[in-house]
Amino acid sequence: MGAESHAPRLALRGIRKVYPAVVANDGIDLAVMPGEIHAVLGENGAGKSTLMKIIYGVAKPDAGEIHWEGRRIEVASPKAARTLGIGMVFQHFSLFETLTVAENVALALPGERDLAALARRIEEVSARYGSPLDPHRLVHSLSVGERQRVEIVRCLLLQPRLLIMDEPTSVLTPQAVKKLFETLRQLAAEGCSILYISHKLDEIQALCHAATVLRAGRVTGTCDPRRETASSMARMMIGKDLPVCEHAEARADGEVRLQLDGLSLPSEDPFGTDLKDIRLRVHAGEIVGIAGVSGNGQQELLRALSGEVTLESAEAVALTGVAAGRLHPGRRRRIGLGFVPEERLGRGAVPTMTLSDNALLTAHRVVGMVRGGLVQHARVRAFALEAIDRFAVMCGGPEAEARSLSGGNLQKFIVGRELLQAPKVLVVSQPTWGVDVGASAFIRQALIDLRNASAAILVISEELDELFEICDRIAVMAKGRLSPAARTRDTNVEEIGVWMSGLWPGAVPEPGEAARAPAP
Amino acid sequence: MRLRLEARSSPSRAMRYLSPLVAAALTVVAGFIVFSSMGRDPLAAFHAFFVQPVSSLNGFAELVLKASPLMLIATGLAIGYRANVWNIGAEGQLILGAIFGGGLALAFPGAESRWLLIPMVLAGAAGGLLWAAIPAFLRTRFNANEILVSLMLVYVATLLLSYLVHGPWRDPQGFNFPQSRMFADAALYPILLDITRLNAGFLVALGAVACGWLFIEKSFLGYQMRVAGLADAAARYAGFSAGRTVWIGMLAGGAAAGVAGVGEVAGPIGQLTSSISPGYGFAAIIVAFVGRLNPVGIVFASLLMSLLYLGGESAQMQLRLPSAITGLFQGMLLFFLLGADVLVHYRVRLLPRAPAPRDEAAA
Repeated sequence: MGAESHAPRLALRGIRKVYPAVVANDGIDLAVMPGEIHAVLGENGAGKSTLMKIIYGVAKPDAGEIHWEGRRIEVASPKAARTLGIGMVFQHFSLFETLTVAENVALALPGERDLAALARRIEEVSARYGSPLDPHRLVHSLSVGERQRVEIVRCLLLQPRLLIMDEPTSVLTPQAVKKLFETLRQLAAEGCSILYISHKLDEIQALCHAATVLRAGRVTGTCDPRRETASSMARMMIGKDLPVCEHAEARADGEVRLQLDGLSLPSEDPFGTDLKDIRLRVHAGEIVGIAGVSGNGQQELLRALSGEVTLESAEAVALTGVAAGRLHPGRRRRIGLGFVPEERLGRGAVPTMTLSDNALLTAHRVVGMVRGGLVQHARVRAFALEAIDRFAVMCGGPEAEARSLSGGNLQKFIVGRELLQAPKVLVVSQPTWGVDVGASAFIRQALIDLRNASAAILVISEELDELFEICDRIAVMAKGRLSPAARTRDTNVEEIGVWMSGLWPGAVPEPGEAARAPAP
Repeated sequence: MRLRLEARSSPSRAMRYLSPLVAAALTVVAGFIVFSSMGRDPLAAFHAFFVQPVSSLNGFAELVLKASPLMLIATGLAIGYRANVWNIGAEGQLILGAIFGGGLALAFPGAESRWLLIPMVLAGAAGGLLWAAIPAFLRTRFNANEILVSLMLVYVATLLLSYLVHGPWRDPQGFNFPQSRMFADAALYPILLDITRLNAGFLVALGAVACGWLFIEKSFLGYQMRVAGLADAAARYAGFSAGRTVWIGMLAGGAAAGVAGVGEVAGPIGQLTSSISPGYGFAAIIVAFVGRLNPVGIVFASLLMSLLYLGGESAQMQLRLPSAITGLFQGMLLFFLLGADVLVHYRVRLLPRAPAPRDEAAA
């Protein structure tokens, strides 16, 4: 680390950033030492992303100073940031699927002409950090973990002195997370500083040397996470203890409400995932979870379940015993299906319509809402009000536009809208994705309450913690296939992690893929 | 210095409704410049253009007469446009409506009962429906672009009408003019105001606008169409059929245009000729947007558009300006409206220099 080690590599003083509706950052101080892995911890909306955009030159602060190795600087653009030695790995990857790894990397390195030499450097750098990459593979054939490595290697080739990782583990299997941590530790040991953005307390405790906690745009504490407990950090992050859901053992005698029997579906998207022979039963009074890294067929499965894509075989999907594979969404809803999609704005709700109008979107079958072909606005409004009240939606009332709500509140409204229709089968995708801790706990509890009222619930989520918290059984999706569902109390995160690479007992090996190492 | 448009986080609701007025005002200002630069006294020109046409009872009747087909068609089109179904071929659907309704009138040359008008209107609606059904079918079955198909069918319709009035339906006593016999009096809309040409077609149009309003604002089907227009994925999620949206959207415009076609041939024209509409089907597109796709707004917008037609005619006669002046004013109105709408939704930022960072979009 040398003589400069006493000066922080990056120091922020009094950073402030105001957007029209919200103060995103308010007087933020932060110092990262050379070779330090520094966590930035906070809920969604706490201002983490804004702060990183400021450091990476995407956004300009309204006030405050940035010091780089003791010098005051202005970061005018991401290019300027890269020139300084700041690299960033985004949560959502920016790779071209139809190009090779080397070609993708070359695009980010202006002036790089010699692809063969670049390919050798990619092999060298990736091998040095314990995760070899084949530079000639096409990106669409890579697993998500491998794609993330491409992004990291792309940063590493620029020899960064500060690497920003934005929620890097949200798309990884537990095994891939371990591997990533090894790479990051090695980088830090070589003197590279790392800013690690996350809301996952256990990961921060396992990896980071220091943490800065943000809440509502302000720093609420700095600590050494190795000396804190999860609950003490949670208090800093959300101002109170982490809420826990009540969860009793599922009744085992419920009737089969949702049955998937050999559901196969070729994907419409050339880079989508084909669904292959999916079998699953969900009984009344239980919650079944489907874990898995996104992009393994979850989107396709959801569309096949909701009816947005209809199947050739009517029997492949049975709802309360009715063969529903060829039915359209409206018909399935009439049988008793409720559905909460992953995208809230634009799919679960119309952004520019009022909550009242959005209630009508799926609840129009509720008695009295549509009479003689005309919408009974008073009834619709009353229904919207009930959803707002019962599910504690913070909003400007039923006339507020859907897009004016925060992610968590809109999700509560959508969940409320579906639950108030008393579905017999509820399918929920990513129920708490991007939702703050308080609203997450509320939504999970609402799902459990619905289960206790004898509904059958299927939850698809990338958050293993969430699935283990609320599910009675868990299955895993990998490469378009579904594992058997294991009882939650009989399995653990490690086993589910192995299954996430497609290796469950009795798994059918993919023809031609046997030689390829399983995606970590 | 570079210009950049930045999306406003919450476009002003008031300005959304005011922008047609702003556009109308800017059209007047631009017209002032046009008249001045042509060496005409702008005040006199304005008098001829905007005041003269409506300064008599007859002028006023003409204003309403020309506004009727515009409000009728625009209401039908608005139903589709709200659902992102782009029927550009109302002109052709109008012609088919005129052929169907007019054909019925020609089939009963000695009709004496006014009741003939009802089947004529229905036949006109059927003609418009038929013509709009072609793009609707091609769109839902083969995903063919309805904008192109409906537009191209306008020219087919024009030629079909031309064939009929030059050929089988030509008036034998008509000195070889390309026109049919005159319709029987009973096959013409009754006149509402004596000595003017204003006829019951206006009441038909008003009735259609009221039905359109009820459909768009109050009906569940209209709600589904709005959802389809605003958020396609949400409509699919809710189980609203995309095919049905296209069919209703196209057919609403087709039926309205077909009825408007009957209104022309059973109204001021009284027979089929090779040109029965001064572009009402296209002008109605502008009317629909100036009226904010809202039936009430459309009524006002159609009166404004009608005034531009009359003003153009008056300007030709009084100022000896070319007939293109009507199209020029229509074009300016649409141009300023679209421009105003852009500014309602975006703000213009002046950037000093240097291209902005590429990654900004990811923010």
